[in-house]
Amino acid sequence: MLKLEGINKIFNEGTPDEKIALDNINLHLAPGDFVTIIGSNGAGKSTMMNMISGALNPDFGAVIIDGKEVTKLPEYKRSHLIGRVFQDPMAGTAPSMTIEENLAIAYSRNAKRGLRKGVNSKRRDFFRSSLEKLGLGLENRFNAKVGLLSGGERQALSLLMATFTKPAILLLDEHTAALDPSRAELITRLTKQLVEEGNLTTLMVTHNMQQAIDLGNRLIMMDKGQIILSIDEKKKQHLTIPDLMAEFENIRGEKMNSDRALLG
Amino acid sequence: MFTAMFGSVEQGIIYAIMALGVYLTFRVLDFPDLTVDGSFVTGAATAAMMIVLGYNPILATLTALVAGFIAGCMTGLLHTKGKINPLLSGILMMIALYSINLRIMGLSDEKAIVKPNIPLMNSDTIFSQFQSFWGNIGIDQALTNFIKNTLGFQTAPSTWGTILIVLILTLIIKGIVDWFLKTEVGLAIRATGDNKRMIRSFSANTDGLIVLGLGISNALVALSGALIAQYSKFADANMGIGMIVIGLASVIVGEAIFGTKTIFRTTLAVVAGAIIYRIIYAVALRIDWLDTSDMKLITAVIVILALVIPQVVEKRREKIRKDKRRIQRLEQQGELTQGGNHLA
Repeated sequence: MLKLEGINKIFNEGTPDEKIALDNINLHLAPGDFVTIIGSNGAGKSTMMNMISGALNPDFGAVIIDGKEVTKLPEYKRSHLIGRVFQDPMAGTAPSMTIEENLAIAYSRNAKRGLRKGVNSKRRDFFRSSLEKLGLGLENRFNAKVGLLSGGERQALSLLMATFTKPAILLLDEHTAALDPSRAELITRLTKQLVEEGNLTTLMVTHNMQQAIDLGNRLIMMDKGQIILSIDEKKKQHLTIPDLMAEFENIRGEKMNSDRALLG
Repeated sequence: MFTAMFGSVEQGIIYAIMALGVYLTFRVLDFPDLTVDGSFVTGAATAAMMIVLGYNPILATLTALVAGFIAGCMTGLLHTKGKINPLLSGILMMIALYSINLRIMGLSDEKAIVKPNIPLMNSDTIFSQFQSFWGNIGIDQALTNFIKNTLGFQTAPSTWGTILIVLILTLIIKGIVDWFLKTEVGLAIRATGDNKRMIRSFSANTDGLIVLGLGISNALVALSGALIAQYSKFADANMGIGMIVIGLASVIVGEAIFGTKTIFRTTLAVVAGAIIYRIIYAVALRIDWLDTSDMKLITAVIVILALVIPQVVEKRREKIRKDKRRIQRLEQQGELTQGGNHLA
């Protein structure tokens, strides 16, 4: 479903600030895979997500989604294949537009936008039934401006908007990190539910090791622009945080140096 | 007085089309587009030039609309493809249009390359054409009699046809803008002004949408310019100076008075704002010690007041609210201590 082949990226090449962001990344996701990604700050997790979404282009290497090479396609052209939820709850929705208008925008992702009405009664029914799944009562606030929603509600809406058109790939970039623990728990639960329902091929970046272990069928660990550890479905079922710490020490010969990774 | 006000309302309704264009860029796209000063004249110049050359006024007006659309798209391309700052893109297009407008007007005269103005005194316009149909119906007579005899005014407007046709036209355009902003493309344009990152992640080409939005906006501005030229029977290279500020004044005054709850209401507010602005303008002109040349200053003052007064009002309201709460709290405490004394 998703293939990354030999992706390389260097920021500020040729200057003293030169930084190797991605160093020969190879990754292959089968349809329905749900891969969680962990790693300390600057490991290249977000850069990799941006490569897949098209917000950044690799120096060389190929991105293949659903059998199509999309490496050179601009972000807006490949985003009909990709659903995305950002870390910032403000980033995934248009604040001055209503809930139903936001959903209509997400709904038009797959088709060419024309002069049809954005919200008609048929779509409204679909939006309503989709919102009911969130269980937040948003289906009764169709005409509320999204800017008035709380961070958790906005993130739940972003998640729904990213998933309900069944994208080929779902990218979740620390999408619970900016929320308080109870809201984060809610979004985690919704993520699980929506991904399972749609059988979506998913990549999720997280700083929370427990979350990375609880969710998904595969796990990868990144460090200094490389994928240093890849854990398959079988091994992941019995994985614990100390296991992960030990693996890291084993590979890098140093202690894992991230309180955030530990505490989540 | 009544007749002067009547003229202001007529003009205000025509300028409302320009204000709707400014609303599209300034509010919806969040793009401060200064092309307006140029594209307004482009519309006027194109329509006037074609009318002088003998084309049908309706065709001339529609061509003006297209000319404005192209001008707006150029500004959009400067910004999106040329990566030039929005304000600067508009300014560049505005001064480029100044020369282009002189050349467009020059097309009306075989002997000249450029012309600074085109008079339309004896030409057919949309308004004169409509008048020849409207004048025969007899509604004008009836209304004039009503105003002179029943309401007791000395003078009455010479015709009601003009205000009727501009009102219908403006309301149709308002309706189209309302409808457009609810279509899939319209929603995407609004989201572009609201959150570019989000709309890109939903497969919308923000560059294309910005170009389209600026095109539509300047098409409306040019249409307004074409109508004003036909209404006042001349086109002039300098008639667009300060137009963006007048557009902003209309948007801001309208929004401040009528609110922005829904799109329907906001566009209505913008139209009303344009008319109110013209009435203020007319009243200001009647003040003895003010000169016509002071109007730009007055426009600036109107915009400043429309921006500042709502803030002051809101601050005052807040202060009153807080004072009220403080007094309530004091009274409660007073009652408590009194109660306490009783017990003691």
